[in-house]
Amino acid sequence: MTNPAGRFGVHGGQYIPETLMNAVIELEAAYNHYKNDPEFNAELQTLFNEYANRPSRLYFAQKLTEALGGAKIYLKREDLNHTGAHKINNVLGQALLAKKMGKTRLIAETGAGQHGVATATAAALMGMECVVFMGEEDTKRQALNVYRMRLLGAEVIPVTSGTATLKDAVSEAMREWTSRIDDTHYCLGSVMGPHPFPTIVRDFQAVISKEIKQQILEKEGRLPDAVMACVGGGSNAIGTFYHFIEDSSVRLIGCEAAGRGIDTFETAATINTGKLGIFHGMKSYFCQDEYGQIAPVYSISAGLDYPGIGPEHAYLHDIGRAEYVAVTDEEAVNAFEYLSRTEGIIPAIESAHAVAHAMKIAPQMGKDKIIVITVSGRGDKDCAAIARYRGENIYE
Amino acid sequence: MNKIQDAFRNGKAFIPFITCGDPDLETTGKLVRAMAEAGADIIELGIPFSDPTAEGPTIQGANLRALSGGVTTDKIFDFVRTLKDVTVPLVFMTYANVVFSYGIKRFAAACAETGIAGLILPDVPHEEKEEFAPVFRAKGIDFISLIAPTSDQRIAEIAKDAEGFIYIVSSLGVTGVRSEIRTDLAAVTEQIRKYTDIPCAIGFGISTPEQAAKMAKIADGCIVGSAIVKQIAEHKTDSAEPVAAYVRSMKAAMQ
Repeated sequence: MTNPAGRFGVHGGQYIPETLMNAVIELEAAYNHYKNDPEFNAELQTLFNEYANRPSRLYFAQKLTEALGGAKIYLKREDLNHTGAHKINNVLGQALLAKKMGKTRLIAETGAGQHGVATATAAALMGMECVVFMGEEDTKRQALNVYRMRLLGAEVIPVTSGTATLKDAVSEAMREWTSRIDDTHYCLGSVMGPHPFPTIVRDFQAVISKEIKQQILEKEGRLPDAVMACVGGGSNAIGTFYHFIEDSSVRLIGCEAAGRGIDTFETAATINTGKLGIFHGMKSYFCQDEYGQIAPVYSISAGLDYPGIGPEHAYLHDIGRAEYVAVTDEEAVNAFEYLSRTEGIIPAIESAHAVAHAMKIAPQMGKDKIIVITVSGRGDKDCAAIARYRGENIYE
Repeated sequence: MNKIQDAFRNGKAFIPFITCGDPDLETTGKLVRAMAEAGADIIELGIPFSDPTAEGPTIQGANLRALSGGVTTDKIFDFVRTLKDVTVPLVFMTYANVVFSYGIKRFAAACAETGIAGLILPDVPHEEKEEFAPVFRAKGIDFISLIAPTSDQRIAEIAKDAEGFIYIVSSLGVTGVRSEIRTDLAAVTEQIRKYTDIPCAIGFGISTPEQAAKMAKIADGCIVGSAIVKQIAEHKTDSAEPVAAYVRSMKAAMQ
């Protein structure tokens, strides 16, 4: 029996232990039911608008545009969402779905802590129990978010296995799910993992490009020439791309974390340095050695510090529809500072990777061109780490 | 009759698991011979993976030790070549990416050439097995299916297609010693029996002779990993003897 469901070209699939198969089948059935249910969608829309502060603004960054001297730059302000990042879009959708399925407990992995905070938030709102797995290394890098999750009533479990970062948090959350399925939904934070997660998460994040399209048509009367976002697993990027995939005039640009450079081992740029593999439930591109051992990746950004990329991105890369570029720590930190100074907007260090690439390409584009950059999250959480990167010894 | 099913003819089968290269391949070789001598009916050899998502802390530790010792898939095939005189069937247990990155066909050919009888990939469920199983079947290697306490209505289709033996996962969660197994394994086995007569072995959480005896009443064999890996972690290069004694006690308890 072959199951073509959940494939994006050769990518995707359901490479998970038998113990979890019925859980993902049940999830798929529930999702297929509720995604077309007017009541579910109305409830989610209300949560988006009233609770998460949607629609998020599409802001014309006039000073940034003038400073770079090229294409007109708009910022999609996902940083202004409740909890400070795009992660809340997916979490509200999944938490509502889990609740409809009769689940009472949410588990999640988190890298930078934004998805963990969003999950803890939704759990608090909906009266659900919440456990978040976070690499021990990341609990140190993002101590403030650990506190936020605890404040929201979640239990945060530091993961010490492997590299003690995002990939290990995913592994540990998967292990936890195999041991407790009945009452527990694994609220996966990105467009990755086994089918149906890449599709579910994409659909909930697609609100980003749906809004961008409406907003840019209102403001400019035409589609943008490029939309850009940072890519770890790729949820804000797929959300930014989705409603533009059919519009071939719109360039889709994903910005990966090159860490200290794609010619070093300290990188997390999956499309630029990885190869086809099978891990965390999916076939996609992964940073790995010649024997398929997953590489210990690195990026200054805890949210992009992941050795794989969602299967739909791998497919968009294969067919040449989207471009994936690598941005180093240094470039991202420069962009973090630059956007703060020019626009008074402190982006998440993850989002700063997209800003950094825009700083490279906008000046080469004509003034009649339009770029949209998704600012996936706010940068407050990163201030202490960036200060340390610059040699200022501040701790939260 | 195939080599794996043949191994279930000698009373209830005891199937120990060890990770290749934990702590080194020389010790793995000693362990294989000692366990075969002590009555193991099939031996499961783990090829270490950096991120073994189906394993608890004990076997995660074995994977880590083996990889830090520099073991690779090629070194493991070279090592298995030195075990040609071992008559007990050897079965590989590893993760999809280890096989995929090596090349599925190339991996199957190397298994056939080195005399590996079967393959277990815990992250390849029924839905994804077509990518792997036919390639191994063509080389006479069994692609072993797992059935979990949550499999329910999936049991029929998995069992109908099963090769070698069926690996019944005793309980929810990852590998590791458990003091108590609550799943109604007799019901699961009975369900499987409706669709196939190939042998069934129960694994996950079994460590004591009492548990093994209990499992032997329900199924055709039992699989023990973490309890053995713990001993290897403790006795390191001197683990062949204590592990052999353990295998003897488990095999005896099951008869």
